[in-house]
Amino acid sequence: MAEIEIRNLRKDFGDFTAVHSSSFTIRDGEFFMLLGPSGCGKTTTLRMIAGLELPTAGEIWIDGEEVGQKRAAERDIAFVFQMFALYPHMNVRQNITYPLKSQGMGRAGIAAKLAEVARILGIEDILEKPVGGLSGGDRQRVALGRAIVREPKAFLMDEPLGALDAEFRERMAEELRALHDRINATTVYVTHDQLEAMQMGDRIAVMNAGRVEQIGPPQQIYDWPASLFVADFIGSPAMNFLSFEGQVEAGGAVVGIGGVSQAIPRQLDAGAGRLVLGVRPEHVRLHEPDAARIQGEVIASEYLGTTRIVTVQTAHGTVKARIPAAENARVGEAVGLGLDPAAITLFDAESGRALLSEANREVLADG
Amino acid sequence: MSGHSITEPTRRQKWIAAVLVIAYTVIILIPLLWIISTGFKSPSDAISYPPKVIFTPSLEGYVNLFTTQTRITPDMEATLPPPETWYERLVREKGMVIAGPSRYGQRFLNSVIIGFGSTFLSVFLGTLAAYAFSRFRVPIKDDLLFFILSTRMMPPIAVAIPIFLMYRQLGLSDTHLGMILLYTAVNLSLSVWLLKGFIDEIPREYEEAALIDGYTRFQAFRKVVLPQAAAGIASTAIFCLIFAWNEYAFAVLLTSGEAQTAPPFIPTIIGVGGQDWPAVAAGATLFLLPVMIFTIMLRKHLLRGITFGAVRK
Repeated sequence: MAEIEIRNLRKDFGDFTAVHSSSFTIRDGEFFMLLGPSGCGKTTTLRMIAGLELPTAGEIWIDGEEVGQKRAAERDIAFVFQMFALYPHMNVRQNITYPLKSQGMGRAGIAAKLAEVARILGIEDILEKPVGGLSGGDRQRVALGRAIVREPKAFLMDEPLGALDAEFRERMAEELRALHDRINATTVYVTHDQLEAMQMGDRIAVMNAGRVEQIGPPQQIYDWPASLFVADFIGSPAMNFLSFEGQVEAGGAVVGIGGVSQAIPRQLDAGAGRLVLGVRPEHVRLHEPDAARIQGEVIASEYLGTTRIVTVQTAHGTVKARIPAAENARVGEAVGLGLDPAAITLFDAESGRALLSEANREVLADG
Repeated sequence: MSGHSITEPTRRQKWIAAVLVIAYTVIILIPLLWIISTGFKSPSDAISYPPKVIFTPSLEGYVNLFTTQTRITPDMEATLPPPETWYERLVREKGMVIAGPSRYGQRFLNSVIIGFGSTFLSVFLGTLAAYAFSRFRVPIKDDLLFFILSTRMMPPIAVAIPIFLMYRQLGLSDTHLGMILLYTAVNLSLSVWLLKGFIDEIPREYEEAALIDGYTRFQAFRKVVLPQAAAGIASTAIFCLIFAWNEYAFAVLLTSGEAQTAPPFIPTIIGVGGQDWPAVAAGATLFLLPVMIFTIMLRKHLLRGITFGAVRK
């Protein structure tokens, strides 16, 4: 297993820059997620690590070796494709052992490895079947088998659960994570599904328009997003944004929004002009309307079993509150919003970046 | 059953369809059956009017096809030893003797060499070119593809005269190589286009998986792409072979001896000893066989090839 380090990696396709100079390190044995919307450069980054695309500039270090311009075969990594890419003219056994044949492994060695992999994945009974008739889950297992059989330095996975039914995804996600914990392989996993990323990843790199916006463990990214994009992309429903004209000084712990003073974490960065206050729905409480709070009118209420999502229209935009299902809010009702001061992030609307405060300092300092 | 499926045809519809297909098949097969049966008629049965559908089968046509014969006088016949084989006897009954083999066998062999040679070359070069067009960033790719296809925008025979002159200059007239190159040139655009379509349908991920599994680009092509493209290659090969096998105009123009193929040769049989229709029919019947066998062998692929990509699996 190995550490993967990306240094100033860049990829241009003609005039289009798919990946802008990104740098990050994937630790040995880590389950690392590349998360972002389609076209954000996450798959291109993965393919460059794999050697399926050559970088325009920058370096890729795998296990202390610079491999940026090397052929895929020389990098000793395994790749799991979204469409599995099982060789359709071979059966399960042939698919799994194909990488070993290229290494010139002997017959006995191949048989032993095959048996081991089949046992780990629980596919002993389908080894002689053609891959065409397999279910999505079994295809996925075979694709994983083909990847792990070689004991590569790292696994690269391009939305490996994307082609599965929702029901099956859940299970394969668990299996995948369990498999990772068992063989402790460095894994780079590309997905556009933020839930998948949070569920499985040790750390997540959120990408947007060819740039890495933030890297960190799921909870840090969720709680203290580095940018409006991350705050919006992660979480369902997304973070609430209240935009306003105002200013905040370094050391200040209060911000004025439309005549209401809202307590916030002590700020380290000053900000002025168009600002955005971000707060997660679970940190919004509904109160009787009063002049000391931001006020609004309930425009929708969705029941979700254990919780309820209430949408409130305010002068600064709509706000969603996640409240216990037992509480209720009638549509048309006037409410005052109670925002948890400890969970608020201020953003500069112009740059989209979060302003540093005592609350998010630790998270954003190393990101 | 209370109702029937909308997509599944009813019994009645299936019957109608079957009757139509069978009727169509019979109609298009009649000329073919007529040729095959004529090959087994005696020369007089072949030209009798009204035409004979029931006749005594004879192999005279086939014997005439493969031999050259000379008329002999009864005196001379008396000096000859009695005929040893059934075909000698057949010829002797007409008052003739076999002078030697005809050139049909050799012309047929020419057809095999030129037909299969150019098919192999068309498919081989076509597959490589199609793969490159499909997978690599080729400069002015679209223009090149259009340019290749433009060779099919006129009947090939339109360039007969320049090719005739060119071949005479290059010494390619009436050579196997010349005909193979010519048919390959004509077929190549078809094969590149067909095969590009087939290869486009093969997901790149298969090769990428092989590249990561430690294979070179060429190994990935050979072990992963080629087996996948087999259906397409087979159907392309059939189309190429049918063209090269049946081509008549260039063969008449450019070959006369050494490399003459069967199509220009068969009509010349007519003149060999009166209008010998059974021999012509026999020549045509045998000429059908290789393409038929080839097509039947690849039939499974052909069907898959034609419907390739119609349904996303």
